Formats: sequence, C-alpha cells, structure tokens
Amino acid sequence: MIISVKDLRREFVIRAPTGRIWRNRTTVHAVDGLSFDIAPGSSVGYIGANGAGKSTTIKMLTGILVPTSGTVRTCGLHPVKQRKALARRIGVVFGQRSQLWWDLPLRQSYRTLAAIHRLPAAERTARQGELVERLDLADFLDTPVRQLSLGQRIRGEIAAALLHSPELLILDEPTIGLDVLSKERLRVFLAEQRASHGTTLLLTTHDMDDVQRLCDRILVVDHGRLAYDGTLPGLVTRVGVDRVLTLDLNKPSPPLTGIPFTRLVDVEPDGLRQRLAFSPQETTAAAVLAEVGGRTDVRDLTIEEPDIEDVVRRLYLASPAPPR
Amino acid sequence: MADRLAPYAALLASRVRSQATYGRSFALDVLGSAGVGIFEFAEVYIIFANVDALGGLDFAGVAMVFALANLAFALADLTVGHLDQLPTYLRAGTLDAFLLRPLPVLAQLVTSDISLRRLGRAMVALVILGVVLPLNDIDWTGARIALLVIAPLAGAAIFAALFVLAGAVQFWLVEGGDFTAAFTYGGSYAASFPASVFAMPMRVLFTFVVPATFVAYLPTLVLLDLPGPVGLPQWLGWTTPVAAAGIWSLAALGWNAGLRHYTGAGS
Amino acid sequence: MFASGFRRWATYRGAMAAGAFTNTVFGLIRAYITVGAIGAAGGTLAGYDAKAGITYAFLAQALIAPVNIFTWNELALRVRTGDVAIDLARPVDPQLAYLASDLGRAAYSLVPRGAPPLFAGAVVFGLSMPAAVLPYLLGAASLLLAVMVSFACRWLANLAAFWLLDVRGVMMLYVLASGLLSGHLLPVHWFPDWLAAIARATPFPSIMQTPIDVVTGRAAGVDALALIGVQVGWLVVTLIAGRLVFAAGTRKLVVQGG
Repeated sequence: MIISVKDLRREFVIRAPTGRIWRNRTTVHAVDGLSFDIAPGSSVGYIGANGAGKSTTIKMLTGILVPTSGTVRTCGLHPVKQRKALARRIGVVFGQRSQLWWDLPLRQSYRTLAAIHRLPAAERTARQGELVERLDLADFLDTPVRQLSLGQRIRGEIAAALLHSPELLILDEPTIGLDVLSKERLRVFLAEQRASHGTTLLLTTHDMDDVQRLCDRILVVDHGRLAYDGTLPGLVTRVGVDRVLTLDLNKPSPPLTGIPFTRLVDVEPDGLRQRLAFSPQETTAAAVLAEVGGRTDVRDLTIEEPDIEDVVRRLYLASPAPPR
Repeated sequence: MADRLAPYAALLASRVRSQATYGRSFALDVLGSAGVGIFEFAEVYIIFANVDALGGLDFAGVAMVFALANLAFALADLTVGHLDQLPTYLRAGTLDAFLLRPLPVLAQLVTSDISLRRLGRAMVALVILGVVLPLNDIDWTGARIALLVIAPLAGAAIFAALFVLAGAVQFWLVEGGDFTAAFTYGGSYAASFPASVFAMPMRVLFTFVVPATFVAYLPTLVLLDLPGPVGLPQWLGWTTPVAAAGIWSLAALGWNAGLRHYTGAGS
Repeated sequence: MFASGFRRWATYRGAMAAGAFTNTVFGLIRAYITVGAIGAAGGTLAGYDAKAGITYAFLAQALIAPVNIFTWNELALRVRTGDVAIDLARPVDPQLAYLASDLGRAAYSLVPRGAPPLFAGAVVFGLSMPAAVLPYLLGAASLLLAVMVSFACRWLANLAAFWLLDVRGVMMLYVLASGLLSGHLLPVHWFPDWLAAIARATPFPSIMQTPIDVVTGRAAGVDALALIGVQVGWLVVTLIAGRLVFAAGTRKLVVQGG
C-alpha cells in the first residue's frame, strides 16, 4: 500500500475569546478516526465540504503535521520521522499556495529543484522537456512566477512536483479558480501521467467533474470521518444525486412537466428558461433532451453537476452518522 | 560533499541573482547600510570628543571593540538576519514548502535569503579596524594574528546563533520580534562597548547568558594584553569559539523544539 | 481620528510589551555607557553628573515610542499605491488628519512604552528628576510639541514618494539623522561644536533633547520657555513646508495621473 492510514486523529485546541478577558478553550476534532489504504497506481478523489478535514489529512500524510493519535504511512515511511526520504518520493501541489520561487522564472525554479533532488543533468533535461511539452509551458518558461496567470502557475507547480518522478502525486484543490478549458487540459495530463508512469494520484477537490474524469475511487470525508469509500457510480447510487439540465428555449413555452424521470425545478416567468433535475441512474441527459425536443425547440443548454456539499449532505440524510 | 552543498548553492545563487538585478537600488542599499555603520560609530566618536578613555580603553581600543563587534554582527546579519522575521514565513506558508523538500528546514530558511547590502556595514567596520589596528600598541604574535581572524568569525557565529534563537522563539511568540530584538540587536550594542562599564549583573548577563562580550571586548583584551575587569579574566578572550559552540547547541535545541511545536508534536 | 489612532494601536498589546522590554534593555546598556563616559570625564560631562546621565539615557528610551523617532512610511506607501487619493477625497485636511491620528498613537503608547524603562532605571540606578511641579507641566507641553514636530518632519520625509520611486534611501537617511541629531543616542550638549551646530540647524533636537531638558529641569524657567519657543517655531516651519510640498505633490499626481 502506498498510503496506509489507521484510526488517524488530529485535534486542535482553539482559544476563542468570549468578551474582553475570558477565553474559551474548545477542542476541534479536525480528523476523527480515519482509516483507509491506497494501492499504488490508483487514482483517488478525496472530497468533502470546507473544514471537513481534507487539508489536515494531507498535512499528516506529507509530514507537515503530526497526528494526535493513530498511524499513517506514506510510501511505507513515517511521514514525520522520515520526512526527507519521503520528500524524494512524493510530489505535492497546493492549489492555493505556491511552492515556487516568486521572483524567479520557472526555468530557474526547475534548475534549483533539480539540485535539491540531486537529479543528474541528463535526467532533469529529459524530464523537464517532457513536462514542458505535455503541460505546454514553453511560452512562459522564462517569465517570473509572480507574473503568471493562475492557470499557468498551476501547470508550472505540477511540473515542479513531478520533476523528480515521484511515485505519489498529491494535489490539494488544483483546479480551483481555473476556467473550464484549463481544467480539462489538466485532467487529461494527469490521466496521461498515471497511464505512462504509474503515478498514484490523490486529489482533493470540490469539483465533481475532476472526480468523474480522473478518479476510480472516492473517499468522502465529513467532520473528520470517512463517510464513504467506493466508486463514483456507487456514490451516486447510494445518494441518488441529481444532475440539473438548464434549457434555453427558442420561444416562450408552458412549463415542461411530465417528462419521464425528471423533476421541474425552476421556470422563468416567460418560460424561456427552464430547469429539469434528473437522476443519472434513471435516465440520461440525451434522453431528456430528446423528450424536450419533441415538445419544443431548444436553443441552448447547460448541465449542472451536483456539488460536493449537496452530495455530502444527502449522504448524511441517507445514512446519518452515529452521535458523538 | 560538493554534491550535498549543491542545492544550497543553487538556492543562494538565485537570491544573489535576484538582488543583483536591482542594480541601482542595491547600490543605494549598500550605501544605506554603510551609513548605519557610520552613524553608530558617531556614538564612539562623540564620547571621545569629550573624554580620553572609556572602561579603561582609549579611543583606539574602544574603536577596535566597536569594529570587531560590528563586523561580526554585519556578517551574521548578512547570512541569517532574516531569521528573526520567522512569522512572515509562517504566514506565507513557506515553512510548509520547506517541509515538503528533502532538506533540513533550518538550512533552507538560512539559504532562502541573503542580505548582501549588509556588506556596507561590514566594509565600514573593516575600514575602522584597518585604521585603528596600527594605532593600538599590539605585540603581534602568531597566536594574536590568528585570534584577529578567528574572533570576528566566531563572533559572527555567536550572533547567527542568536538570530536562530530569535526565530525559534517566534514559533511560540508570534509577535515576539520586538522582544527578541533585545537580545540580537541589544547583544550587538552591548558587544560594541567595553564590558568594564557594565555593573556585575549586566556583565554576567552579556557574557554567560548572551555571549556578547566574547565577540569583541574579550579578544581585544587579549590583543592589547590588558587585564580584564572583575569576573572577566583576559584568557577568556581565547575562548570565543567555545562560546560560539555553546550558544549554537542552545540554538539547535531551541530550533528543533520550535519546529516540533509547529508540526504539532508538542500538542 | 485621534480616537481611531488610539484604538488601532490598542490592539498591539503584545508588541507594546515586547517593545518596552527592548527599550529597557537598551536603556540599561546606554546608561552604563553614559556613566562610564561621565566617570572618565571626572564625574561631570557638559553639566551631566552620573545620575543625570542615567536619567537622560532612560528618558531617551522612554520617549522613543511617543515621539516615534524611527520609521513611519504609511504616507509614502499610500502615495505609491495611489490610496492617497482617498485621503484627498475626504472632507478633512490630510495633514491634520494624520497628525490627529499620530497624536492618538503617541497618547496610547506613552505609558506602556514609557513607564517600564523609567521604572527599571529608577529601580536599578535611581533617577534624578525634579521635585517641583513646574518642570513637569512645561515638560508635558514640550513633549506634546515634540510629538508634533516629529510628525511634521516624518510627513515631509514621506512626501519624497511623490517624486521618487523608492523612498527607502530617504527614510533611511531620515532615521539615521534624526536618531543622532535629536539627541537620542547621546545628548546634543556632548557633541563637538561643529556637529552641535549642524544639529541646531535642524528641527531634530526639538524632538528629543528639548523635552528631556525641560522635564529634567536642566532648562528651567525662562530657558525652558525659550526652548519651547524654538519648538513652536520649528513646528510652524515644518508644518507649513509640509503643506506646501504636499500641495505640490498632489498637483503633480493629478496632472500626471499618478
């Protein structure tokens, strides 16, 4: 197992001032008894609402934070005691924080990282060349990192994390703030890396599309505990999550009720825009569209995927957690 | 060995490069740093415009103490001066980035910046030293020459250790920068003047707690072959490297404790 | 604006304590050096005996925070970022608004930063302070003027931001010059003649030397009033200069679009 977590716990003591003098000490159980194993070569999505404990878990997996109790082994190593050895074998990307040198161009950063990881020059050139090509970095390789757009910076960070060919790549919200095109390109690249190099992928995200396109396993964490461990279709089945189709019609129409397996969620006053919710287990977007097309002309459409908060909330409605 | 130092060389090289690109502004910074050195020396100058001796040393002697202390401090400030700004790194998440790299965190922090502009102050100190050295009546032996070279280096090591401790303290006291300044900058100030003007408690504090007098005053006593004041015999001037080793072991302990606290090992 | 200045600094409790601690340590070191010099001079130097010298050293530390003898570059930063436009748009005069805020800050830091060094000095050495009330009254007035003169000087220095891209050099020079020439390091009365002449040609002695001289009674009665008069004079000059230069700077900003 490349990641092995057993009964992991992490508590924080918060001193919250109530009023001017007194402070209340409250204990926050950021991670509250997590257990899971991840096999090498797999691609796992680690999802949960904000504050659910995702970042805390990542920190404990990588040696930034010490668990309060429980065991964690990454690449078979103790993340804190064997931090440096572990750092040679993993790559980590934080979507919201940069690990690159702000005022240096990417090229310099890669040279420095190669020295830090003691990569032989030949290996660095080859690997860098491959990453630059696949992530399309050539145009801004010599631009200082602080002048890069978010999408460019994320690509640069990912290349930095993969430069030393790690066995495990951990990504913390990598697609946050990116536009649709960039997100898709990134997903294609990551899938490719996994296929060609066998890199294990652990990805925390709020974006269900990320999960759908990249991960063959999902771990849902809520309030520090594992709420679900399985596949996405399994999750959908378990929770019964709806997708929502927003239709822009050519001319005002009466509400589109009675289309099989759909629920009319919203109709704008003139009937030009209507929203239909449906469960992907029961029907497909194409089928719904065909039905609608039979009744009226559709000018444009968008599909909304369920968001994480929704999924998690429904997960708990479906099977409530035992009381603490 | 060169292979192990390569990453640090690369890190430092990138800092040097980035500072050198701001050419004119950098020259101004060096000048400013030199200005600081000159203005600090003004205190010595003004005192000796009024008297002939301070703490048993004449102008040349006090100037030598001042120059040695300033040189040592400038060298330390140059390399690790940024360490007492630890909260800045904590806020930016830089420390996490360091933890994710296969290198010791302190080494990365030290090489993450170098304040080349402090060379200005070091230059001023060297010039003052060069001028007053012949003015002092020194009986040059091989050992004394060696001491002259070793003292500022060991002194720099002492101040560097103080900067590391100042950083470590701020793992706990995040707004403690103003507090640690009492020991880093205060130590530098105390080291620039003969410790014979201090009363005993102060003398003990700045010798055996914060080893400031080891930096300049005690070696000066040796060079000038003068007896020390009560509690500070002349021969201590030879032991600056020992003092440096001592304060560094304390700094290493403190730093490791601070890092453990940061990663939550303590809680 | 006074109240908001006061309140803003009230959140920096930890920094206050830390600053006071460092001031005290520096005060102790400086006191010993001063005593050493006075001793070498045979017991008095330029009218300062050992006790007076020690008192001077601790007062010089105690006053660091209120007169804010060191860096202040808020205005320069706001000019650089263009935020100064907000100040111009407000119905209050910018210079007076900042002055009021600065007075609030000074008022807040006076006791937390001033008392500890003086207390330490009194305990370790014993300070020589006058027994009469008048020096303290005059001293308070002189201190108020000193804070304002310091503000006016810093205001002027910051205005360089209208013309220079990087004001660090100017600010560095200001800090060094004011630190030395105000008498913060050593009394101006100890300066060799040429340096004393330079100092007196600047407003800096009014920032620290004068209030200390007045409150310790070194300058008493008519002499004290004369010094206070000098402070008033410098205050007027620097404030007016500040207004003129500020006006010129904002004109340049408006014309060039920042």
